[in-house]
Amino acid sequence: METIFDKSKSGRRSTYLNEDDLTSKKPSDELDGDLLRGEKPGLPEISQPELMRHFVELSKKNYGVDDGLYPLGSCTMKHNPKPNEDLAATEEFQDHHPLASPDLVQGNLRLMYELGELLKGVSGMDGITLQPSAGAHGELTGMLMIRKYHEVRDELERRTEILLPDSSHGTNPASAAVAGFDAVEIKSNDEGTVDIEGLKEATSEKTAGIMLTVPNTLGIFEKDILEVAEIVHDAGGLCYFDGANLNAFLGRVRPGDLGMDITHFNLHKTFSTPHGGGGPGAGPVGVKEKLLPYLPIPVVEKTGDGYSFDYDRPKSIGKVNSFPGAFGVLVKAYSYILSLGDEGLKRVSDNAVLNANYLKEKLKDPYKLDYEGVCKHEFVLNGSGMGEGIKTLDIAKRLLDYGYHPPTVYFPLIVKEALMIEPTETETKENLDEFTETMLKIAAEAMEDPELLHEAPTETPVGRLDETQAARNPVLRWTESE
Amino acid sequence: MDFIPHTEEDKREMLEEIGVSSIDELFSDIPDEVQVQGDIIGKDGKTEQELKQDVNKLARENVKPGDRVSLIGAGLYHHFIPSVVSHVTGRSEFYTAYTPYQAEISQGTLGWMFEFQTAISELMGMEIANASMYDGGSSAAEAVLMAQEYLDRRPIVVADNINPYYRDVIDTYLPDPDDEIIELSSKNGRINRDHLEQIINDNDDLAGLVVQTPNYFGIVEDLAGLKEALDDAFLIVSANPISLGLLQPPGEFGADIVVGEGQPLGNSVYFGGPLLGLFATKSDYLRYLPGRVSGKTVDDEGREGFVMALQTREQHIRRERATSNICTNQALNALAATVYLSSLGPDGLTALARINWDRAQYLADKLCRIEGVDLTWDQPFFNEFVLTVDADPELIWEKMKEEGIDLLHPKHLKRLGLDENLMIAVTEKVDKEDMDRFAELLEEEM
Ligand SMILES: Cc1ncc(COP(=O)(O)O)c(C=O)c1O
Repeated sequence: METIFDKSKSGRRSTYLNEDDLTSKKPSDELDGDLLRGEKPGLPEISQPELMRHFVELSKKNYGVDDGLYPLGSCTMKHNPKPNEDLAATEEFQDHHPLASPDLVQGNLRLMYELGELLKGVSGMDGITLQPSAGAHGELTGMLMIRKYHEVRDELERRTEILLPDSSHGTNPASAAVAGFDAVEIKSNDEGTVDIEGLKEATSEKTAGIMLTVPNTLGIFEKDILEVAEIVHDAGGLCYFDGANLNAFLGRVRPGDLGMDITHFNLHKTFSTPHGGGGPGAGPVGVKEKLLPYLPIPVVEKTGDGYSFDYDRPKSIGKVNSFPGAFGVLVKAYSYILSLGDEGLKRVSDNAVLNANYLKEKLKDPYKLDYEGVCKHEFVLNGSGMGEGIKTLDIAKRLLDYGYHPPTVYFPLIVKEALMIEPTETETKENLDEFTETMLKIAAEAMEDPELLHEAPTETPVGRLDETQAARNPVLRWTESE
Repeated sequence: MDFIPHTEEDKREMLEEIGVSSIDELFSDIPDEVQVQGDIIGKDGKTEQELKQDVNKLARENVKPGDRVSLIGAGLYHHFIPSVVSHVTGRSEFYTAYTPYQAEISQGTLGWMFEFQTAISELMGMEIANASMYDGGSSAAEAVLMAQEYLDRRPIVVADNINPYYRDVIDTYLPDPDDEIIELSSKNGRINRDHLEQIINDNDDLAGLVVQTPNYFGIVEDLAGLKEALDDAFLIVSANPISLGLLQPPGEFGADIVVGEGQPLGNSVYFGGPLLGLFATKSDYLRYLPGRVSGKTVDDEGREGFVMALQTREQHIRRERATSNICTNQALNALAATVYLSSLGPDGLTALARINWDRAQYLADKLCRIEGVDLTWDQPFFNEFVLTVDADPELIWEKMKEEGIDLLHPKHLKRLGLDENLMIAVTEKVDKEDMDRFAELLEEEM
């Protein structure tokens, strides 16, 4: 595949700038020769039409929500409403500096304040920071607040452990570790939820807290959550709620009413801001009153004179970002929540759960379901035993041939050959029926003609790529010689 | 307004298939006592038109940025953004896609990630770059963590003239900043070499040094000899990518990690986000690199293609032993930077850097001709500089605001011990008339 560097030809350019002669001084008069760039940077040289064609060609080798069903479990790949994109692109939102005088940017500040209030309502929490850049960043922020909480109580030295169910998302243990805690895994029971006896055993005077994802990554509501909270609180720990899956019960339950002390939101999931091919996201964090002093600075506050940033918070954990947050993403989430209102928010989850249960019902035979019962916004199939030598990866790759983005595969780790499916509320029944037909067809192919799956995909720009080679002999940048 | 397609009939059929009589039944696993009664946000929904009216009204509670001149920098800069950038990032195949885990239908994302990594390595003079971090501050913090992990040492020297917000983030990320950070002082606006020598002599277990160029005050640091002095301890440099059209890249000075804020590369300041953390390093440290990378490989028929490489470093495989907890990064901002750098090319970036340099020189010279206004330090600067003024900087700030010229509030400098100063950033967006007007107004204030 030709990169833009391969298409480069010396002397071409897409954008020209006004060069002017404002000064007779030259950089070489002021700067030591060693400090001036010797060779120009090796960037592509390309005309504007060829530049556009290059990136449009690349875009055609991609697949987004606007292309079709994207049942990627845990990722909430739902429609990204277009009005929100347009609103976020207005000049008044885009072109202000975060260090501009607050009285000039009251609109931005009000938006941030009001979004914070809305998220409090959604989560049942007492305070919000909008600063973290993504879910994992929110987790880290939460973990650092847990640290601070114990530090203030002089208990940090002994409270070194964060408990995590074995179904947790990879960022959870990683965030606990970055914050300096030891991750302690607790097993799930036969129903896929936290094993209370196991939890009791794991909890001790070393417990700093627990990180729970609800519904968990199997799509199951943590039915004993109140008891879990009690056990952890009794041991002096705090409860962190990974809210990446809030799409499952907006307007039905709130982490703040479940004994949870901290939660993060993935605005780029639940609140429909686009994933951008991997980002940017926003991972605001909500906390209960006892943690308010530790929120990152600044916090947006409302006073008699309007809205402003409050930096005067001596117990704060500090800053997790240089500036107050992914404002452009916040505008989209704010617009989304306002367009839905209370009823709309509830309809989101009602229909996300309806779609998931419907699809689960349709697929649970011949695919296998390890955990029975109603699911929430997603469910996990066990893709083992589908045919001679057939792995979940083969099923996923065959789906590509039928024009679908596959589900999340091999996660959560506690299900063999996992296929984690989240249809989201914005898919029609017809889409789900067609997807079902395809999945059933693939199941039949797996029995009758397994080679079709082993060789898949054949309809995509490239076939299965050699990841081992990419790891053994990493080529991470273009070089001239190629 | 919602985005749910189901008709009543659809719902009925689906419920029947599931074998329940209502949607409420699907929530029967949630204990009654914790189910929400009533509204959670107390709002009715809005139609598209209502939404736009309301949110646009909110936008207009801000002043119109186009009506004013902003001379605020401090790490984020107002640059001209060519139209090609939004025309590419606005392709929904790019912006509505997830992380490219399924390589076969993500060659678009993986392809530009590879190009981004190449462009950033080239710019920084480094061997490799990742596909982005959250922002300049978290990149700097992750660089510190990487140096500490690689060398298995804790103490880290941080120059006192790096962006104070980056320093804040580093402090937040380190478990024990008071114990781990040794602050390097500056002398006449640049890092104090004697102090550095002394720190190096007094500590044989340094993990590294963090410096920034141009530093927070816009001054070009002299990086020569730093790596030699540090020996195997890491030289971590935070650099403004636009300045590298003019300045020797940190890689040429032996930097081990180069980080920076990539916002100036085709991204709006956006009231502080989403931003773009840049992170480049040497191949030797690859296994310690945080974040995602796209790597080139071949498919089963020998065709070239890209995959997410070295995922075994990442949290979804390595969990608590991952090199970082980062998952979602700043992909679309990195795409914007890729398009931007491709659109300018080497000559364009060089010209742009020069225009920024020229304008800042022009304005500084002009201002220094005013009685009572001087450069605080006589050092080479890029597109930002600090003035010492013989008047109350807050009054100047206030007056300029009334005149439609926005300056960094002096309190941000006071915090750093600069009580009688102003910091001015100039880019290609600030034209001669604006600069002349600013100079005239300042003269009136002196
Ligand atoms: C359950 C869960 N937690 C946390 C995360 C991390 O979020 P982000 O990718 O925004 O860092 C994700 C997203 O993949 C998730 O699904």
